[in-house]
Amino acid sequence: MSLLTDPRWGEALAHLPDYLGNHVRVSLAALALGLVVSLPLAILTRNRPAPRGVLLALASIVQTVPGLALLALFYPLLLAAASVTLAWFGVSFSAFGFLPAMLALALYSMLPVLRNGITGLNGIDPALLEAAKGVGMTPRQSLLMVELPLALPVMMAGVRTAAVWVIGTATLSTPIGQTSLGNYIFAGLQTQNWVFVLFGCFASALLALAVDQLLGLIEGGLRDRSRLRTALGGLGLAALVAATLVPSMGRSSSRYVVGAKTFAEQYVLSALMRDRLEAADLSATTRSGLGSSVIFEALKAGDIDLYVDYSGTLWANQLHRTDIKPRAELLSELKTALAKDNITVLGELGFENAYALVMPRKRAEALGIHSIADLAARASTMSIAGDYEFFSRPEWAALQQAYGLSFRAQRQMQPDFMYAAVASGEVDVVAGYTSDGLIAKYDLVTLDDPRHAIPPYDAILLLAPKRAGDERLQAALKPLLGKIDITTMREANLRASGNDANSSPDAVAKWLWGKMGKQ
Amino acid sequence: MRPAAAISYTHVTKNFDRVVAVDDVSLDIAEGEFVAIVGSSGSGKTTLLRLTNRLIEMDGGTISVEGEDIGAVDPVALRRRIGYVFQSGGLFPHLSVADNIGITPKLLGVPAPEITARVDELLELVRLDRGAHRDRLPEALSGGQRQRIGVARALAARPRIVLMDEPFGALDPLTRDALGEDFRELHRKLGLTTVMITHDMTEAILLADRIAVMRGGKLLAQGTPAELARSDDAYVLELLRTPRRQVERLNTLLPRGGGA
Repeated sequence: MSLLTDPRWGEALAHLPDYLGNHVRVSLAALALGLVVSLPLAILTRNRPAPRGVLLALASIVQTVPGLALLALFYPLLLAAASVTLAWFGVSFSAFGFLPAMLALALYSMLPVLRNGITGLNGIDPALLEAAKGVGMTPRQSLLMVELPLALPVMMAGVRTAAVWVIGTATLSTPIGQTSLGNYIFAGLQTQNWVFVLFGCFASALLALAVDQLLGLIEGGLRDRSRLRTALGGLGLAALVAATLVPSMGRSSSRYVVGAKTFAEQYVLSALMRDRLEAADLSATTRSGLGSSVIFEALKAGDIDLYVDYSGTLWANQLHRTDIKPRAELLSELKTALAKDNITVLGELGFENAYALVMPRKRAEALGIHSIADLAARASTMSIAGDYEFFSRPEWAALQQAYGLSFRAQRQMQPDFMYAAVASGEVDVVAGYTSDGLIAKYDLVTLDDPRHAIPPYDAILLLAPKRAGDERLQAALKPLLGKIDITTMREANLRASGNDANSSPDAVAKWLWGKMGKQ
Repeated sequence: MRPAAAISYTHVTKNFDRVVAVDDVSLDIAEGEFVAIVGSSGSGKTTLLRLTNRLIEMDGGTISVEGEDIGAVDPVALRRRIGYVFQSGGLFPHLSVADNIGITPKLLGVPAPEITARVDELLELVRLDRGAHRDRLPEALSGGQRQRIGVARALAARPRIVLMDEPFGALDPLTRDALGEDFRELHRKLGLTTVMITHDMTEAILLADRIAVMRGGKLLAQGTPAELARSDDAYVLELLRTPRRQVERLNTLLPRGGGA
């Protein structure tokens, strides 16, 4: 099938009003906030070199923080702030999605606005400042009638840079729950859907380019004092904002939000749950690509209504337990603990997605490695790769302790690339997931864990506190419980990792539901 | 002593970082008088002018304008009632000719139609075609035209006193001559009191009623050209010799009646 006729373009297009609208909304709000804060600061410090230097240094430091990290930092920051306001004033706010994204992006936009604002204001011919004073202007009149109009073209150039930065960086706000054009990129990257990745890149590049050109028109118009060009640029910008915001505003907001973490299985399961809710006439939407800790806090706060997590993950990350219990015992203790936060564990889906150490079958056989204990003897000459969180998770510490594991080198990788890496010999061992379909595809083998260092990881469906008594919701989801075995999930994941039209999460979710119906 | 001093400087002193820019200057300028302050750069002449409408503040002495101590007057109000012509026009590049001229009346809250009428009147006064220049930006004008706009702007709020900081210095000789003559005529017609800064003694002699000579912040001498010629200060005499030498050379090089 050729790339051009790929039906995934159509699927991508269907998401565009939502993704683009949200992208523009958060970028616009961030830019507006950035301007409202930076411009007065630029004006106030224009004649004060000391605070001006401090301000510019601070803004530059912010700029050196990678965009993804800055966005990620705002989530816990706001979470803490929300708990403080709740304790002191009895009001709380959502630290999820729009607010942290807007604040982080606004901070990001400040440097060019500040720098150009200050440059523009300081670059004015002193003779003109004296003329303004000489004709009888007050300092305020001088600022409004002479300094700001003269500095405006330079300031606009700063706004233009800031706008392009913000639009580009906004694609990174997906993991903290803000829908954006980044949703295409994150989802595409996780499910090897390159059509989505391309679409997301093109869409955000086009948006940035269009805004840059229109702001450039305004900037040029201001510089050459051409009212026509300024007005054209302004109108074009207004039209662009209206065209992107209006279609997404017309949509009724969905009642239920299904969360998904950052890997293919989660995308498929969230699509499956959304389909089930819609089949029961409950409007639902997915919020995918959420970070592991973001998603749990978002559920607790009610920003999302439901998602699938894994018992061992919550055991270690939320309950901070390092001991290992048998499957059923761990699950029941987890349920009791989560009930204290009013989170409902609706039930298990039926499969387990555990961490497992994985290596090529042939190599393992040749070396006589069947279990992690066998591996430990040879580990010092081998390299291991894991996903971005694995090596900082308690399971890794437990594994190292139980088996005395010590590798020559350890690397972090995008989960979907790990299997290919180990199959090709790029690394010797990877920390994979038992439900991953690629294990079979690449003829890999999961090593036994005779000392039970890795806890059980039953996939469980969690409901937000506010959905505890929602019977319609629970009835719609009940058919999924206990119905997805490990073989089915592996096959679904393998499909999702393909790069063809049937590999989109939506398509795989439909296939999965069909498969479950036949059982 | 002349009866009504429009501007009176008494022991005025101004320092910039321990450098004395204006050193104990006392000078009275009578109503209706055209006074030129002559000196080379660094003589303190421009500083003295800028002290007059409080663009900068003095360190010692007093200045009174129309009988009022300027230290007791709101500086913004003071500047609005004194016309000021800047060295190279000082026009606001983002405002049209009309908006530049009308700026002080606008700041004073004069109604827009009145400002429009006043701008037309002033354009005529400084001999500029209103149809051709009114809505143009300063960058589209020649140096001479810009300086005419600068003069029109200084006159817009009907000041009785006009201060001029080397107004014609950057212009070509023909334009400079025409503009000087025109301004002298305006000064007479409108009954202005004018203080003009210049480094050019010839210009001062041709335009001013009275000349004050400054050097190193001090007022060396002041009087009509004829009075100055009787001064015993070597520097003043040296300044006066230059125009005289020029006249003599011109008389030999350019026979009388030639070119007329």
